[in-house]
Amino acid sequence: MHIMWFTERQYHYDPETEPERSAKLENQILRNRSFFGLPNENFDAQQGSMLLNEYLDEKIYSEDLGFDGLMLNEHHGTPFCLGAVMDVEAAVLAKATKKAKIVLLGNPVPTVANALRLAEELAMIDLISKGRLVPGWVRGAGSEQLANNANPAYNREYFEEGVDFILKAWTKPGPFRYEGKHFHFRFVNPWVLPLQKPHPPIWIPGLISPDTAVWCAKKRFPYIALATRLEPTVEMWNMYTEAAAREGYQAGPENFGYLQPVFVSDNQQRAEELGKRFLYGGAFAHFARPEWMFPPGYNSKEATRRLARLPLAENLPGKPIHEGGGNETDEELKELRDGVYARYDESRRNLQMIAGTPDYVIPRLRKVLEVLRPGIFSFWLDGPVGYKDRVKCLEMLGRDVIPAMREMGKELGLVDPFQRAPGSVPLASGRKPESVAHPDGLASMPA
Amino acid sequence: MALKQSVREETHKVGADQLIVLKGGSGKAVLILHEELGYPGWMKWNEALSERRTLVTPLYPGYGRTPRADWIMNIRDLGNFIARFVREQNLAPIDVIGFSLGGWVAAEMAANDPAIFSKIVLIAPTGIRPPEGEIKDLFTVPALIYLRESVLKYESSKEFSALYDGGLSPEQYEAFEDARAETARLAWQPYMFNPSLPHLLDGTANAPTLLVWGRDDQVVPLSACQVYQKSMKNVRALVLDGCGHRPEVEKSEQFIKEVQNFLG
Repeated sequence: MHIMWFTERQYHYDPETEPERSAKLENQILRNRSFFGLPNENFDAQQGSMLLNEYLDEKIYSEDLGFDGLMLNEHHGTPFCLGAVMDVEAAVLAKATKKAKIVLLGNPVPTVANALRLAEELAMIDLISKGRLVPGWVRGAGSEQLANNANPAYNREYFEEGVDFILKAWTKPGPFRYEGKHFHFRFVNPWVLPLQKPHPPIWIPGLISPDTAVWCAKKRFPYIALATRLEPTVEMWNMYTEAAAREGYQAGPENFGYLQPVFVSDNQQRAEELGKRFLYGGAFAHFARPEWMFPPGYNSKEATRRLARLPLAENLPGKPIHEGGGNETDEELKELRDGVYARYDESRRNLQMIAGTPDYVIPRLRKVLEVLRPGIFSFWLDGPVGYKDRVKCLEMLGRDVIPAMREMGKELGLVDPFQRAPGSVPLASGRKPESVAHPDGLASMPA
Repeated sequence: MALKQSVREETHKVGADQLIVLKGGSGKAVLILHEELGYPGWMKWNEALSERRTLVTPLYPGYGRTPRADWIMNIRDLGNFIARFVREQNLAPIDVIGFSLGGWVAAEMAANDPAIFSKIVLIAPTGIRPPEGEIKDLFTVPALIYLRESVLKYESSKEFSALYDGGLSPEQYEAFEDARAETARLAWQPYMFNPSLPHLLDGTANAPTLLVWGRDDQVVPLSACQVYQKSMKNVRALVLDGCGHRPEVEKSEQFIKEVQNFLG
């Protein structure tokens, strides 16, 4: 098993030491009904500098704590994620760490203006890290299209063509001319190429998009489900497995990864309090306003049709999910906040969030591993929690939880992509593939 | 999309692509070019004009009824596609009425081939960057918000509110999303204008043109009207007080009268 940890690097104030600033920021996000689009006059560069350094320190320390991979991502125009250009952070980690993989899930290819520049940035990170880079690609959230003025109607075309182009730039001897539908390069000849040959391993994160899962299976790229509910995750992995069979191979744990919000403390009540904050820091509406979640053409026709028929759709046509905003009383804001936090219990019951002591957390993680059987697992820590508590959580994960996970991984045969190359197990034509996930386990969830 | 029973639907093959065309009324043909959110339905002004004229309304590819034509990647391409249909149906020279994005399509067609139109009516067309103000961004608000803000007084625009009130069916939601997606494909950047359009119009001897604009248009600022006036020849601007982006709905009687007089 490959075990990583991830944080969005949220911009926040510690509610215990700076309650007023913390509450003010949270209220602004609630009033805005979204993290995206919050006016950047709320950004204090001193605080941003401190936080970014804390996050980098944690990442560097986590290597010593037993994590195999340091996972980063990026978002734009939002206090939800300070990693606006994660390649900058990755370059720092490449130099400051020795053995952990630097896993970028992922670069939003459609919103990056120059795919050749991206190929060069990543190649440099691979060289500096001495071959520890695992790049990933994403289409970018809907809001990213607006934040970077990338035409959402071409998002998937940009994504697929951009990935193909970067792989070509890394592997095809230059100089060559590239003339695709959207990308045009007169002279492709990057001098700086990745250390890993033919190119670094590629992992793809996703949020239950069948198109992406099938595309990954065709490319033999592992698919990393980003904290999605267990049932639809099983469905997605079955879809991947079927597509893999059509490509002539049996998918295995090496083809799948899972991101799981987990918070550990030595006190159950304290862990839950902080875990709740981690998961719902400020508001759950990360990209929730539909006009920002679903810019025009971002969804496929099929996805739009499905969306139009969901109960959620009643909110979609004319108004944001949360109408209004801007002049709420303290009482109304409290009501909004309570509504957000009220979702915690459900997410705890269905294991979307696991918070507690190691004794509480380990059997629940076991359930997740039994059901999904991922070869890659990433812990996710986030939200307005002070540095001290975050580091304590990481130390407990390293000391108590990760060793237990490794044992479970061995017992369950959860091989990772470094132990067995994804797509390397042949499957005879016409033979039905075995399901990688074991959904039977869903029937008995821990109390 | 409300469709009057007397309106018939034809499917044409234009090159390799399909074009659905709605035809209603009788008499000399007039080409109707719809707006950025698709064909809004058969309204009072359609009914009035169709007493003397045959309204020929192409539903652009990709706007819900037919698949997108992959090669059409900007408004000029779309204009040329519609022009091919007009030529192949032997409709030229034809009168045209273009609404908002449809007005831009008509302007591109006129710039490319001035002889294609006999008379031009443009209702608050996009296509030119307003020297003052900005064209309202369709892509950062839900469709219904955009629609509501396109008229000055939503509640008193009864015909319009009847079309869009009472929530939207899944079908209407889908239709709006199809239209938004295709409009994004064609007009994402520069947003809703073509920097070369005023220069291209300036060099053509366009057909007599009527510009219709609401003085309080919150979608395409009135300042763009002045650039159209300056760029086109033989043009008259009709600016309506107390009116937003949809004179055909907000000032329906006046709109019908002026357009009928102009088209003759």
